[in-house]
Amino acid sequence: MILGREARQGLTLISPTMIYALLLLAAPLLTVVTFSFWTQDYLTIDTTLTLNNYREAWTQPIYRILILRSLMVSLVVTLVTVLLAFPIAYYLSFHVTRRKALWLFMITIPFWTSYLLRVFLWKVILGYNGVLNSALTGLGIIDEPLTFLLYNINAVIITLAHAWAPFAILPIFVALEKIDRSLLEAAEDLGDGPVRRFFRVTLPLAMPGVIASILIVLIPTVGDFITPRLVGGTDGLMIANMIQIQFGKANNAPLGAALAVSSMVIVASISLVIYLAGKRFGGKTQ
Amino acid sequence: MQDKPIIELRDVIKRFGSVQALNGINATIREGEFFSLLGPSGCGKTTLLRMIAGFEDPTDGAIVIDGKSMQGIPANRRPTNMVFQSYAIFPHLSVAENVAYGLKKKKLSKAEIAAEVDKALSMVDLAGYGRRAAHELSGGQRQRVALARALVMRPKVVLLDEPLSALDKKLREQMQVELRQLQQSIGITFILVTHDQEEALIMSDRIAVMFEGNIAQIDTPEGLYRRPVSKRVASFIGVMNFLDATATGQDGTGLSLDIPALGKVTVPPSHVPEGMAAASVQSIGVRPEMLTILFDGKDKAESETTGKVTGTSYYGDMTYYTVALNGVGAPVTVSMRNTAGRSVLPVGSPVRVGWGAESIVLFE
Repeated sequence: MILGREARQGLTLISPTMIYALLLLAAPLLTVVTFSFWTQDYLTIDTTLTLNNYREAWTQPIYRILILRSLMVSLVVTLVTVLLAFPIAYYLSFHVTRRKALWLFMITIPFWTSYLLRVFLWKVILGYNGVLNSALTGLGIIDEPLTFLLYNINAVIITLAHAWAPFAILPIFVALEKIDRSLLEAAEDLGDGPVRRFFRVTLPLAMPGVIASILIVLIPTVGDFITPRLVGGTDGLMIANMIQIQFGKANNAPLGAALAVSSMVIVASISLVIYLAGKRFGGKTQ
Repeated sequence: MQDKPIIELRDVIKRFGSVQALNGINATIREGEFFSLLGPSGCGKTTLLRMIAGFEDPTDGAIVIDGKSMQGIPANRRPTNMVFQSYAIFPHLSVAENVAYGLKKKKLSKAEIAAEVDKALSMVDLAGYGRRAAHELSGGQRQRVALARALVMRPKVVLLDEPLSALDKKLREQMQVELRQLQQSIGITFILVTHDQEEALIMSDRIAVMFEGNIAQIDTPEGLYRRPVSKRVASFIGVMNFLDATATGQDGTGLSLDIPALGKVTVPPSHVPEGMAAASVQSIGVRPEMLTILFDGKDKAESETTGKVTGTSYYGDMTYYTVALNGVGAPVTVSMRNTAGRSVLPVGSPVRVGWGAESIVLFE
């Protein structure tokens, strides 16, 4: 036998989950990849293999603009989210001594309503007659409602950053919790003040959590289509909206598939770079 | 050894909420000495060490290091460096980077830092280990890295928080000797926190025995062993037999006692603690090795009594006998070195036990 007893036992244990995961993940993925090499011929699909969809996806300016905008939005969202999440996770890990579980519980409160509802809420807050504008006019700070709040990229960024914050807080919190507190005392003992200690010990050791947060926020936001659709207006549309159009109204599933695969490859490469950079900065930790 | 004080603790009090961890500690630690804080867990010894290091503030009292009050001075600006119980080796740095950690702040060139690191590593027998990652080290090696990291800072005082407790017995004994030799060769003051009385005896110049936030006694290892001030200290350091005693008088020749288990004796004045009144003597103590079993009819001792062996423990080099003396009180422990021509006495054997007045410790 090539596999040891324990290895076989392990495989048996995970195989139902693995089959399920393969069916739901790998099968659709393969379908999309296959589709991207075919051609839509009005109502039928021409199954001759071709690279035409990719050629179109990579040369048409509209697609390039959309993918670049998606990347820009998701990078800004990631940056804002992780920068805001870190202090919260830090406070939770280092300064909350009692009722930590309650705090964690409270962080998950946004998840109690659906994602769609939360996006709608931002519409209510940022709208022309929305909460923010009413408040500001009511207080006499502005005379006319602000129009740059909703239906543009800013609104997309604000909404996404809010939606993904808990996902960013939790991995950083876990990484900070894992840091042996005597390491911080050792750094202090060896002459570091709080700031130097943070950059020489705390941050490098929290890096796995930071990287996890970055990836967790970055990857899904590139492909988000609900938020840009609801609060983004025409300027805020992203690549996922275009993919949706291709599969739907435009009736060009192969082109949509090629766009999907292309953005997947781009996001995967960016993630890999971030992962490797983080590993380098984090040093030789496991 | 010089007598210049390096650390002075003046009425140091520490309270955690309503719990009083230290009740007014007074002690002076001299430059270049190996000083141990010895006590059971929860006696406040680690708290005291952490206050010297600057990780905790005293509730009241003063800590003076090298003539300067440490009031309000944070740990990163104190002339002390600590070897942590967990060693606290930075997992994201190599051995050399760990040792160099504190040097980065001193204005040294790269070459100077490398030289200092090499020197410190060879001091702890880890020359050539600089490029290893932290997770490639064994427990003993981590301990050495932690020590090198502290020594490279050339502190006035090195603080060691139970540094050997995580090592196995053989390695621990080896490190005890090495640490002691290292300390003597570089002449830096070491303060060791330990709950292991044997470790404290082997390594220290002086030991402070602590119970429940108080220092019970500060003395040399020999002084602690031979002249413990209380029954509690006596039973914490080594084995001590306690026997009831009544004082019958005190004059120029010494303090006369009636010890039912041993007989009548006069303890010479030099062995009576200063200020101890005859009437207050309640019991005496005598170490197992100060009692002798007189195997041969011809063996003689200053005084002797009779007893019966009630149990034996064979340790190879030694045998520990429990002997009921004169049929009075609890049996005592007598330790005898084993010799070639003598086998262990069976339980129930009647024995003569020899003892001397000078080996007797008086307790109130």
